[in-house]
Amino acid sequence: MSKRRSDWQNRPQERFVRWMREGYLALDEAIEDSVIQPGEAPPEVDPELAAQHQEAALQHRHDRDLALDRLAQYDLYAWTLTKGRRLIGRLHVLLSLLLGGMIIFFLLGTVAHMPRFGAADVPANNEVITRYIEQGLAETGATNMVAGMILDYRAFDTLGESTVLFIAACAVLILLRIDLDDKGQPTQQLIAEESDDRHYEPKNDRILQGTAILLTPILLLFGLYVILNGHLSPGGGFSGGAIVSSGLILYLNAFGFKKAGRFFSYKTFQLVSFGALGFYGVAKAYSFYCGANGLESHIPLGTPGAILSGGLIMPLNIAVGLVVACTMYIFYALFRKGGL
Amino acid sequence: MNFVNLALLGMLVVCALAVSFTKNLLTSLIVYMAYSLIMAVIWMLLESPDLAITEAAVGAGITSVLFFVTLKKIHALQGDRDHEQAQK
Repeated sequence: MSKRRSDWQNRPQERFVRWMREGYLALDEAIEDSVIQPGEAPPEVDPELAAQHQEAALQHRHDRDLALDRLAQYDLYAWTLTKGRRLIGRLHVLLSLLLGGMIIFFLLGTVAHMPRFGAADVPANNEVITRYIEQGLAETGATNMVAGMILDYRAFDTLGESTVLFIAACAVLILLRIDLDDKGQPTQQLIAEESDDRHYEPKNDRILQGTAILLTPILLLFGLYVILNGHLSPGGGFSGGAIVSSGLILYLNAFGFKKAGRFFSYKTFQLVSFGALGFYGVAKAYSFYCGANGLESHIPLGTPGAILSGGLIMPLNIAVGLVVACTMYIFYALFRKGGL
Repeated sequence: MNFVNLALLGMLVVCALAVSFTKNLLTSLIVYMAYSLIMAVIWMLLESPDLAITEAAVGAGITSVLFFVTLKKIHALQGDRDHEQAQK
């Protein structure tokens, strides 16, 4: 009940509620009682007794208000449990149906207004795409036009993507890593995670290890091929890095953290990620500087189709692949037990 | 070719609905992997092999592995429940 208005008890609805509940207007009576009748001398009373009476009356009134409040609250609570719950549930269903219907309607409407797939007059078919297709091979030296686009014309976007991945890995590291304590000893939490990690999985599983021995080299080799051949055939840094990291994760699953830690630690992650991102930034800065100022770039483009061609594209692919592989691997390790 | 495309797209819709309607988290995760694989085939048919490779490696591979680890962490895999019951 609001205490902002001093006469909140005298509002019409309060009076009505009291009248409904008690059958008479208690406050009016109290006011009438307190009005001194004219011509009549105030009766002599003991001030202490009067104070006690007043105290008792106040207490009584307070108790009654409290009880009414409780009653109202209980009524509301009962309503929430029975009728209200059903009402709110129906409202939820109605609103979600409305929202879903609206989204479906707008999306279908948008799709219906789009030009036909592959039509000649779509807005995306402008001079940019023509330039990429006609001049791309001569300007970037990459047979794979997509690699030429994302690592030469649009290389700044790719730098942003790699940086986002790196930042995501750092954020996961901050959130999920469980540190050693001050003396360099494993903490209680770390030991618990360690035992929990191997709880459900057999250690040194024969089948898994055999599969890993067979598949890990193939996966790593295929990933390296996808990265290194990115400017000649479909693929590139992102997909190749993901394949390499899946090979690493398979190895980690089969042989455990102890063996995998021999070639991948936090230090490796720091060095590789920072080195690759730094190299990417420096290389692209050089390329932008040359291109924007019309200077001659001293990086030869090579004959298109040869493995050493495409100028900066292959080194940039390698940098992106390293960042992606490290990031995915560290995601997995941190998700699994909060450390390497 | 057109029939294959339509069939794949239909399977895509079925997979997308199945992911949200299955009760078991492990099942919905495996259906989600199937969704990614179908998507990779569709990219291939749309003549963008770069996207197909990335979708197969990241969508069906790495993302699912991370989801599996998360499910294991929150003890949502079926084997975990059996294990807990055996402990009790």
